[in-house]
Amino acid sequence: MSELKLELKEKIIEQLNLEDIAIEEIADTDPLFGEGLGLDSIDALELIVMLDKDYGIKLADPKEGRKIFESIDTMAGYIEEHRSR
Amino acid sequence: MIKPVYINSVGSVSVQKTFDNSEFLNETTVYNDTVAKVIAPDYKQYIPAAQARRMAKGIKMSTVSSQTALKEAGREQVDAIIVGTGLGCIGDSEKFVGDIIDNDEQFLTPTRFIQSSHNTVAGQIALGIGCQGYNFTYVHAAISFESALIDAKMQLENNEAEHILVGGVDEMVKHHVDTHRLIGHIKSEATESSKLLESNTKGAVMGEGSHFFVLSNKMQESTYAELLSVECYNTLSKEELPVKINQFLLENNVTLEAIDLVILGNNGDVDFDSYYNELSETYFKNTAQAYYKHLSGEFDTASGFAFWLASKVLKTQHVPEVIELNQLSTQKPNTILIYNQYRGENHSLVLLKKC
Repeated sequence: MSELKLELKEKIIEQLNLEDIAIEEIADTDPLFGEGLGLDSIDALELIVMLDKDYGIKLADPKEGRKIFESIDTMAGYIEEHRSR
Repeated sequence: MIKPVYINSVGSVSVQKTFDNSEFLNETTVYNDTVAKVIAPDYKQYIPAAQARRMAKGIKMSTVSSQTALKEAGREQVDAIIVGTGLGCIGDSEKFVGDIIDNDEQFLTPTRFIQSSHNTVAGQIALGIGCQGYNFTYVHAAISFESALIDAKMQLENNEAEHILVGGVDEMVKHHVDTHRLIGHIKSEATESSKLLESNTKGAVMGEGSHFFVLSNKMQESTYAELLSVECYNTLSKEELPVKINQFLLENNVTLEAIDLVILGNNGDVDFDSYYNELSETYFKNTAQAYYKHLSGEFDTASGFAFWLASKVLKTQHVPEVIELNQLSTQKPNTILIYNQYRGENHSLVLLKKC
């Protein structure tokens, strides 16, 4: 699980071009949107594509994303449970 | 009544340190390469990190040069934003198309698509300053910038707008460089930029840059020069060239003798510099001549660098030694003509006058 969390942090930094943020600066429980990393709706779309492409998870209901993308912890938990690759 | 058009401010990000308007080529960088990359300012001083992360290089350069121009003109808002670009945000276009191929047309993400169009720069600047006015992007190879100038000039002359932000931008990215190298448009061997015109080889040294200007139909303290005329020709033979220049000057009631400095777009390509060389040796043999592509590199909107250069020369009344092409010099530059072409096509003439 901790490996997956590290992998997610690396992917988020790389794919969302968070150049000024180091992996160590993202805590597992930090909110990804709003006050935390400050991600926005376009980033949410990027993360939905990432779940599909890298883990074979298709989000049928975009509203699900709100809970899944709350933090690295919630993302990792959802991926562990639903991944097909 | 036709109103005059003034260049009220300039902003430049180029392969020289031009982003600081308080300087004028005090120091120049000499390259020994086949390409020259932009000397970037500290973008963080101009763009919030949250916005910068989604910006392609061309957008970042243009955000800085447009902000510099707006600040110098003392304007927070303009009536229109008009941009010329040969290739737009080619970097993200390449990435987006690459993603389509790599992922078998699946998993396409929005950011690269949003950033990959030609008019992204004009759009991003408008979003940044909240400009809901006329927003237009001209894409026409080496006369993209001049096309933007013509549009702005007509609107200002007819008083359809009072202040327009006009610019030219092109970024250099790997795939574009690779393909242009493959077809021989980029020199195959590294060339020292200070000896560019002596290289006697095919192709150019490729560069990149962004140049923005606030053009207005009202003069103000910051005014650099008056823009008298812009003319473009898609095709012109070497024989027709002096005839067209003569005609252009006549139409503007300017004699050849009144041209204090002609700025030529020589890029060291042995196949196409003859357009400039013949003019230098005959038509302009008694005129002080300057060149700039050893400083800017070649790109579709490199003539934006020439426009910046001419504006600076007219305002400072100083011709930097590094741009002098012949032995003639001018002490009090009053009228400057810019002539540019790329690979024998898309010729442009731009005439500026000191205010």
